[in-house]
Amino acid sequence: MMRQAKPAVARRPLNYQEVWGRVGIYAFLGVVALFFLLPLYVMLVTSFKSMDEIRLGLIFSLPRQFTIDAWVKAWTSACTGLECTGLRVGFGNSVKILVPSVVVSILLGAVNGYALSFWKVKGANVLFACLLLGSFIPYQVFIYPLVRVYAQTGIYGSLAGIVLTHVIFGMPVMTLLFRNYYSGLPIELFKAARIDGAGFWKIFVSIILPMSAPIAIVAVIMQVTAIWNDFLLGLVFAGRENLPMTVQLNNIVNTTTGERAYNVNMAATVLTSLVPLAVYLLSGRWFVRGIASGAVKG
Amino acid sequence: MGAEFTRHVKRNLVAYIALLPMAAVVIFAYLGTMAWSVRLSFSSSKLLPRSDFVGLNQYVTLFDTSRWLTSLGNLAVIAFFFLLICFVLGCLLAIFIDQNVRGESLFRTVFLYPYAMSFVVAGLIWQWILNPDLGIQATMRGFGFSGFVLDWVVNPRMVLYAVILATVWHGSGLVMALILAGLRGIDGEIWRATRIDGIPAWRVYLSIVLPMLRPMIITSLVLLSISIVKMYDVVVAMTNGGPGTASEVPAKFIMDNLFERANIGLATAASTVMLITVLMVMAPVIYSQYFRKSGRAA
Repeated sequence: MMRQAKPAVARRPLNYQEVWGRVGIYAFLGVVALFFLLPLYVMLVTSFKSMDEIRLGLIFSLPRQFTIDAWVKAWTSACTGLECTGLRVGFGNSVKILVPSVVVSILLGAVNGYALSFWKVKGANVLFACLLLGSFIPYQVFIYPLVRVYAQTGIYGSLAGIVLTHVIFGMPVMTLLFRNYYSGLPIELFKAARIDGAGFWKIFVSIILPMSAPIAIVAVIMQVTAIWNDFLLGLVFAGRENLPMTVQLNNIVNTTTGERAYNVNMAATVLTSLVPLAVYLLSGRWFVRGIASGAVKG
Repeated sequence: MGAEFTRHVKRNLVAYIALLPMAAVVIFAYLGTMAWSVRLSFSSSKLLPRSDFVGLNQYVTLFDTSRWLTSLGNLAVIAFFFLLICFVLGCLLAIFIDQNVRGESLFRTVFLYPYAMSFVVAGLIWQWILNPDLGIQATMRGFGFSGFVLDWVVNPRMVLYAVILATVWHGSGLVMALILAGLRGIDGEIWRATRIDGIPAWRVYLSIVLPMLRPMIITSLVLLSISIVKMYDVVVAMTNGGPGTASEVPAKFIMDNLFERANIGLATAASTVMLITVLMVMAPVIYSQYFRKSGRAA
């Protein structure tokens, strides 16, 4: 990706029209930026208010008395239906789902990509085409039969079930990502190793994997955000014991009876967003690279 | 062929074995489940799958179900405005950022961060901001604008625009990021040449630069379209399809019929309709995007 911006034209004083042009550019960007930041701001100020203050109906005002009660409640004792265990349960579940799903899906994606771009396997490209096409199709087409199969094999509603589901639905993007990256590597490396008598796994481990760091970072970023943010698959496949944070968040906010605790809801919403936000802020341009190179996102 | 094929397989045996997981996923998890779903749509399955054959009955019922027709209509409205606004806003943001603005990376970060968060979060935040009792409406009335109305989330005629607002907030940064990446790859010579010819900048963007960004535009439209067809989380979190059925969408219609209304035949008929629609739209795009350029000739 080219980094440098358009070269600035000559450094001469701007004329009247150009000054207004600059002002217009900043005004537009500033207004839109405010629109984008508004929800984050509202979410944060609401989460630090007490319910008494929220009832005043001043959604944009700063909290008069900062309180972290809502945060504590959201984390430790917010209720989903009858259980009042707080979001930490969902957080733990999301971590338990995330780690194996990310590791397995990336490893499989790397092996698939490597086999597809360096080895001759009859029918592999047809399989890959089907896989890609599958990633465009709404989950609703696959879900019901998968539920039946899972139920029969006994993994329905288990950690293994939801991990397998994430591996299945992450496979198209991961395979595409690694295949395209490996296709850009010089094939001479591979040929030389073959002549030296190295086999499939030997080449993979000692030549291909050490060169995979950049694409592996992109893959981790994509999978962590995608799996953490997933709602539908967790809802269907994870089972009551392993519901991920997004599902628990929605239950906390939308199934409460009586007066809604908006401050707790917003604290819970921020908590659920922390992991993907941290990944986003820390990864910077890598995040964009992920979007651009894996044009099929689950 | 026989002996030669055997030799080929022997030389590449490990590669064949390494691709077995992918083959299994494609054959069972994608193609098999898809076929099963389509098969069920021709049966009279209710709570449990049945293996009878009732022809197109489920499809006739489906297109006689007002909830489904409402869902389709809603999806069309959402898709139209979402794609239009995201695209125009995303392009404008990218072009404005590309004018050597100060604080460029800050603007980029602000415009893309919603995309890193989950749809559940997006739905919940906007549900709160648009809350008629305590959100923007209450705040504006508190300032003295007693007739101020912003009741989108509870008004059946406006609720779709609330969903569009939340999804545009979530998705326009994606277009911005992809188009901006494209703009950075454009040769600076074009600007020099058009400036000499005295062509106004907006014309250059419209008739020269945007056509050059075709791949980026297609990628972003494909990504946005997929997210619209799959749209489920944001609606569940924000409105749960309501008020009434005013914000029902097809993906939610299918989920409800599969898991709550115990109408598997109808649900699979609906998912088959989605499947066919997506295939018809996506097949040419996938072909032109992935199979003509990338990929080493094996």
